[in-house]
Amino acid sequence: MSLSLDEVRRIAVLARLKLSPEEEQLFRGQLSAILDYVEQLKELDVSGVEPMTHALAAGDLPPLRDDVVRPSLSPEEALANAPAREGTCFKVPRIIE
Amino acid sequence: MSADGRDLLDLSLVELAASLAAKRVSAREVTDAALAHIERTDARVGAFLEVTAGKARAQATAADERAARGRRLGPVDGVPIALKDLFLTRGVETTCGSRILEGFVPPFDATAVERLEAAGAVLLGKLNMDEFAMGSSTENSAFKPCHNPWDLARTPGGSSGGSAAAVSARQAFGSLGTDTGGSIREPAAFCGVVGMKPTYGRVSRYGVIAFASSLDQVGPLGRSVGDAAVLLQTIAGRDERDMTSSPRPVDDYLASLEGGARGLRIGVPREWLEAGVEAGVERRVREALAAYERMGARLVDVSLPHTRYGIAAYYLIAPAEASSNLARYDGVRYGLRTQGGAGLGDMYGETRRQGFGPEAKRRIMLGTYALSAGYYDAYYLRAQKVRTLLRRDFDRAFETCDVVAGPVTPTVAFRLGEKVDDPLQMYLADVFTVTCNLAALPGLSLPCGLHPVEQLPVGLQLVGRPFDEATLFRTARALERELGPLPRPPGVS
Repeated sequence: MSLSLDEVRRIAVLARLKLSPEEEQLFRGQLSAILDYVEQLKELDVSGVEPMTHALAAGDLPPLRDDVVRPSLSPEEALANAPAREGTCFKVPRIIE
Repeated sequence: MSADGRDLLDLSLVELAASLAAKRVSAREVTDAALAHIERTDARVGAFLEVTAGKARAQATAADERAARGRRLGPVDGVPIALKDLFLTRGVETTCGSRILEGFVPPFDATAVERLEAAGAVLLGKLNMDEFAMGSSTENSAFKPCHNPWDLARTPGGSSGGSAAAVSARQAFGSLGTDTGGSIREPAAFCGVVGMKPTYGRVSRYGVIAFASSLDQVGPLGRSVGDAAVLLQTIAGRDERDMTSSPRPVDDYLASLEGGARGLRIGVPREWLEAGVEAGVERRVREALAAYERMGARLVDVSLPHTRYGIAAYYLIAPAEASSNLARYDGVRYGLRTQGGAGLGDMYGETRRQGFGPEAKRRIMLGTYALSAGYYDAYYLRAQKVRTLLRRDFDRAFETCDVVAGPVTPTVAFRLGEKVDDPLQMYLADVFTVTCNLAALPGLSLPCGLHPVEQLPVGLQLVGRPFDEATLFRTARALERELGPLPRPPGVS
């Protein structure tokens, strides 16, 4: 399975990653090799097999807690690591031109 | 020196706890000794990303004050430990080994950290790791490499490489790591320490930076089986802040620890000792199995026929979940922000380009592809079905045995740089560990001697039934008692 450069670029857009031309080439080769390797899963007959959608058996799942309001981070604590803020908001670059 | 003339730092956590309880040594004394040892050795080992000396001394002093009032809290009170740098620590920088979180100071503690501190543990610092826990050698750390205390030219394993190296180098009396595909067990094996990946759901992951949420689990690393058992006992159990933490009661791991191996049925999967295991590793593993037989356990031939599909399923499921989990690093709420171009989209793309290293990018790309329109059924869904098959393999094996045993890794610790250019080769080092995560079972790695030629530690892996960590500890302890401790690692003596 060989990925094209266009496919690599399309994935990078979906992943919100800017890649350099060198990275595009590198990932094209490496991802193609990994996808070749995972092809072996196609050898297995999985018809009628349920996917394991949760790692805990049903009996080990905890009950839902009551939906009640409790103390949480203050706005100051929540904003303390923000790269940019304005008042009690996270500040981001312009979205609409 | 302790009262019996041994270097304080040579004590196990359990022995140190006894010395602290008997007031033969103070927490401050042992903490100062550990800090001095880190200062002396860590330029060579590279286990620590940050040493929290001030916090450690304050916690040690508080522990000594409790002891003086006769109010010691339990076995970890006053014991110096360290944490993989993906556990959130209030007020202490937490990077996850990544530039994208450089400078991030969490506003709260992970539950596991909260429980250790409530039990009186002394926090020495934050430990080196592969970026976002992605890797098997700690070479993906964005900050510095970590070296194996047995041979400084070798990797300590990964991703919890710092957690294993710090315990092996006697810098800390125990540590916490996380294990998504082997990230506790592989470094434990490479560094000659005990590492336990508990059952999925046994330890809360609240405040633990996520990699692959259906696989990640928190666990301890220690110098002895008893040390790991004490640490797990301290952190295990239901936490209502983590929806995947199980309400099952936690067993008393120490109560059955010395129960011995007599009567145990140890399953030996034929697929684990087939071609691919290096001869010296295989020899030590077979000797360990023979030792169990001598001790009265029965070896049972079992089959885990889907073992060889584990890596393929893992390297679809883990990157898929990672690509989703790592979407949150966007330069808005915390961490790095790099302004590129004009708009919001450019800021996201540029921040993530500069903030993530090659392995994180590779896995984000792979996971994004596997989940993208038209590919979901062929990749992620199929891998989840294979996961069911892997779990059934183990369920069937556990009909005739109590514990499954085999190698942790196909080889001993490899050399730094040996696999960095070939990600697929690096992934294949996880062949025996990933199936345990995919099946959501507990797995333990313990030293079973030194490689006959290379003189590096070999790890024996024990996998148990869901939530049966107690049997794993008991089984491991029997072999540990039989084989005795490894010598000190020569790289830092």
